[in-house]
Amino acid sequence: MAVAVGRPSNEELRNLSLSGHVGFDSLPDQLVNKSTSQGFCFNILCVGETGIGKSTLMDTLFNTKFESDPATHNEPGVRLKARSYELQESNVRLKLTIVDTVGFGDQINKDDSYKPIVEYIDAQFEAYLQEELKIKRSLFNYHDTRIHACLYFIAPTGHSLKSLDLVTMKKLDSKVNIIPIIAKADTIAKNELHKFKSKIMSELVSNGVQIYQFPTDEETVAEINATMSVHLPFAVVGSTEEVKIGNKMAKARQYPWGVVQVENENHCDFVKLREMLIRVNMEDLREQTHTRHYELYRRCKLEEMGFKDTDPDSKPFSLQETYEAKRNEFLGELQKKEEEMRQMFVMRVKEKEAELKEAEKELHEKFDLLKRTHQEEKKKVEDKKKELEEEVNSFQKKKAAAQLLQSQAQQSGAQQTKKDKDKKKQSSWLLMKSTLRLGLLELFFCSLL
Amino acid sequence: MDKEYVGFAALPNQLHRKSVKKGFDFTLMVAGESGLGKSTLINSLFLTNLYEDRQVPEASARLTQTLTIERRGVEIEEGGIKVKLTLVDTPGFGDSVDCSDCWLPVVRFIEEQFEQYLRDESGLNRKNIQDSRVHCCLYFISPFGRGLRPLDVAFLRAVHEKVNIIPVIGKADALMPKETQALKQKIREQLKEEEINIYQFPDCDSDEDEDFKRQDAEMKESIPFAVVGSCEVVRDGTRPVRGRRYSWGTVEVENPHHCDFLNLRRMLVQTHLQDLKEVTHDLLYEGYRARCLQSLARPGARDRASRSKLSRQSATEIPLPMLPLADTEKLIREKDEELRRMQEMLEKMQAQMQQSQAQGEQSDAL
Repeated sequence: MAVAVGRPSNEELRNLSLSGHVGFDSLPDQLVNKSTSQGFCFNILCVGETGIGKSTLMDTLFNTKFESDPATHNEPGVRLKARSYELQESNVRLKLTIVDTVGFGDQINKDDSYKPIVEYIDAQFEAYLQEELKIKRSLFNYHDTRIHACLYFIAPTGHSLKSLDLVTMKKLDSKVNIIPIIAKADTIAKNELHKFKSKIMSELVSNGVQIYQFPTDEETVAEINATMSVHLPFAVVGSTEEVKIGNKMAKARQYPWGVVQVENENHCDFVKLREMLIRVNMEDLREQTHTRHYELYRRCKLEEMGFKDTDPDSKPFSLQETYEAKRNEFLGELQKKEEEMRQMFVMRVKEKEAELKEAEKELHEKFDLLKRTHQEEKKKVEDKKKELEEEVNSFQKKKAAAQLLQSQAQQSGAQQTKKDKDKKKQSSWLLMKSTLRLGLLELFFCSLL
Repeated sequence: MDKEYVGFAALPNQLHRKSVKKGFDFTLMVAGESGLGKSTLINSLFLTNLYEDRQVPEASARLTQTLTIERRGVEIEEGGIKVKLTLVDTPGFGDSVDCSDCWLPVVRFIEEQFEQYLRDESGLNRKNIQDSRVHCCLYFISPFGRGLRPLDVAFLRAVHEKVNIIPVIGKADALMPKETQALKQKIREQLKEEEINIYQFPDCDSDEDEDFKRQDAEMKESIPFAVVGSCEVVRDGTRPVRGRRYSWGTVEVENPHHCDFLNLRRMLVQTHLQDLKEVTHDLLYEGYRARCLQSLARPGARDRASRSKLSRQSATEIPLPMLPLADTEKLIREKDEELRRMQEMLEKMQAQMQQSQAQGEQSDAL
């Protein structure tokens, strides 16, 4: 139940002047001291193709050697590698996380290259959102892993952006602060550099890519930010090796035709990048991430879940009620789905049973039919056999009769009649043989079928 | 004793005169991703502006760009020697987000040139054969990576048996000397691993002088060539040099300590141009021709193929390769087999019947 708080109806605040020093002008210092004792946290994402100089630039920016083994071009897909380091400068502690895109730009088909990056960024937002929505939460202790700045490394082709760059930056611009930089800029001559930079910026603008704008609302940093913005994208050179220049050592790259000094503003924009990224706007980057990108993510996510700020009657919803309603709805849906599935399962079982029964019946019928035909066949063969036997018998009888006749004929002694008889015998014998053969052939063919 | 002078020692001169009269033609292909300095290098190599008025398309236009093949012909003359140079360019290679099979148009193009030559060579009128075969392919490798990428490997694998490949590292002024050596080493290893056959320089004869041999060895060591191109002439000190001016110094294109441009030019234009043409003709083209004709040479189709070749009227009559013919041959053979089998079966049945007849007679006779 809300408690009524007495407040003047008009929200006008009166300006009062102080008659002495109270001391609350130390508030910012208290804030700074508190933050300093807690330590700061900063997360950088480096997006760029293999070998473009991401690790070297990080080493150069933070003046340390972060261990990393260089990747090959044979990665099957893009994956993100996050490494956290604890750095200290004066009494300020920084928990730095560097996220690297391994295998970016190496595949032949790069349609899905941006997906792992977007997923990683969303996962960090999700983790923070989960922590925020917890019942028992500890946000002050939470190790913030959300990406505060994304350095996009552009290859120094001298023409324009690559198609992959355009596609990827468009997918990332609403999720993270993008700072485009031109890598390995010691390949571009001065006159070509200006043309290249303006080509890139115009391509970004014409395609609606929102890169990070250095803040110009605060007077202390407005001027420097404005002058620096003109030089975007920064053309950088990284190096961890030191070369003797004059009488001191400096970070540089030594070529047969000259030495490129990393911290020489005439040679490259490294110093500008360091100023902008670390010395001036680090805190603003963190703030933008929280107030703009994270809030956008949170709003989208909650709207997805069905939460609204105001119901149709314009009365503010309480999160709790909405949550309860959502939960009940969800449980109801679950139950309904379960019922549906159960019913479907029962129906399927019934159908299957009916099918199987029918199949069984058919099989039985077939079996009966076969049995019947088999019996018929058997009977036919037996009949034929009987016929054959009868014929054999009759033949035997005829033979006996013929022999009798023969003996009679012999007694009469007429060779002519014997010959006649023989002929007749032979012809009747041939007839016998042919009928026998026919019968055998029939059997043979019956057995073949 | 002095031998009398016959005079055939003047043959090389005659050859020289004839070849000068005929002129030379050479087709060079350049391939590689955009932005590696291909056009600038070609302009530097032949000291002409072949690529004037070139429009490079915007990134948004290149999202799904397909590869096109562009041919540019130019006649250049030096010291009375005319060269008809044809440049084949492959804009759009590796530009789009999905580059699957983007090398297929290139392979098709190279094979088409071989096909054309095969037709011309087998034709009746062989007087004016135009040789449009690709004699050499300069493949540009990016200096910003750590070696060959999967797209490079796929392209090289697809063309290495069809064209002389010379790998080149473009924009080599991005690399310090020891980085250049490491990258060259890595590329050489990768080429060997993937079994890609690049153009092999012929070994020089043992009777050449030491200087030449040393140069030759040096050149072979420096493959792939790390090159820098430039169309500008800058004044470095007192003398004008062709180079790129930076705030920290000037890269001289023709300085052998700065890059391998001189080596490439010497090799490509001065010493090995003819060898490249010969290898294309004797090795690569012959290989293509043999493969092509082998697919025609099937039993039964062989005679038909030779007969059809002799009776050809126009080039368009060759079915290259004649696969449909071979197919019908196979069908005919199969049908023959079937008939034979059926005949055998019939004979067996007849024999059986006769046997049973004979048996019946035997039993009757008893």
